[in-house]
Amino acid sequence: MVRIQILTIVTNILFLAYIARLIVKGKLREEYAIVWIICTLFIMVFSFWRKGLDVMAHLLGVYEAPNLVFTGAIFAILIYLLHLSIVASKLQNNIKQLSQEIALMKIQLENKKVK
Amino acid sequence: MLCCQPFAMQEKVLLILPCYNEEVALPGLLSELSITRFPENYQVDVLVVNDCSKDGTAQVARRFQVTLVDLPMNLGIGGAVQTGIQYAYRNGYHYAIQLDGDGQHPPNQIPVLLAAQKQHKADVVIGSRFVGNGDGFQSSLIRRMGIRYFHWLNRLFTGNRIFDCTSGFRLLNQKAIALAAAYYPDEYPEPESLILFSKAGCTIVEVPVLMRERQGGASSIGKTASVYYSLKVTLSMFFTFIRHSNS
Repeated sequence: MVRIQILTIVTNILFLAYIARLIVKGKLREEYAIVWIICTLFIMVFSFWRKGLDVMAHLLGVYEAPNLVFTGAIFAILIYLLHLSIVASKLQNNIKQLSQEIALMKIQLENKKVK
Repeated sequence: MLCCQPFAMQEKVLLILPCYNEEVALPGLLSELSITRFPENYQVDVLVVNDCSKDGTAQVARRFQVTLVDLPMNLGIGGAVQTGIQYAYRNGYHYAIQLDGDGQHPPNQIPVLLAAQKQHKADVVIGSRFVGNGDGFQSSLIRRMGIRYFHWLNRLFTGNRIFDCTSGFRLLNQKAIALAAAYYPDEYPEPESLILFSKAGCTIVEVPVLMRERQGGASSIGKTASVYYSLKVTLSMFFTFIRHSNS
């Protein structure tokens, strides 16, 4: 084991623990945690299996292994950002419907008070 | 026809006034509305939708005999109008007429829309600046160019020839009310909603009306925003067209 491997493994475990803590405390919903847990698992595999990166790069025809890491990571981040935009759109829609409902209910309440 | 029957059923009309920071223009408009005489076979109610204004719009509205919808947060013009349409839908109104809170749309033109609806049996009637002889307030060159562009887009997507797509002065009947209560765009809703109505099989009629310059307050679309406006509206018109062409 090399120093960098130990470092990544420890960081990974800490990160996993933090995600678990967030879920337990109800601050992170499970569906959003899935992505993070899969990412940590990926990193975990490659921090144990150091040759793995080169093997994968060779398999996919990438000359420099780090380029594979960057490409993969950026792609994953973009997809996740898109997912977050979808979530934001859904939330905005829900909030709009809620406030309309509240506004209309306020009128009904006022009408009842008048009568 | 209805006038011959002494107890003819009145049709219920809801005037929807979406307002955002309109305390300057609103009193004039509301007092004007209170003295406007509408045709007798219509029972007209006024609904002010306060889109979470930062000024005294709500207090101003409370001084008049109108119903006030107070939105708990700012939804933008589309969300505010839709709230009014939902109110019309739930309370069984026959017609909903949108009228901008800044006083651009004179209340004495409302009977024009109602008459056009009766005459053409239309689902949506648009009060237009550009049809007819073009009297009244016309707006700036850039605006007019934008409006031409939307006219062309609308014709491309629906085949309708509507000259004033961006006009917020419009009447909806029950069919259109039901549609808009379920789905209505949030931002800059006017051109997009026309595609929606058209794809749902509504007949749309445009009639000339006299418009005025805004009586106070600021336009919701500034200079820098107009580029964003055209882009956003183009996109949403295109996707509304796609979405409703499949079904």
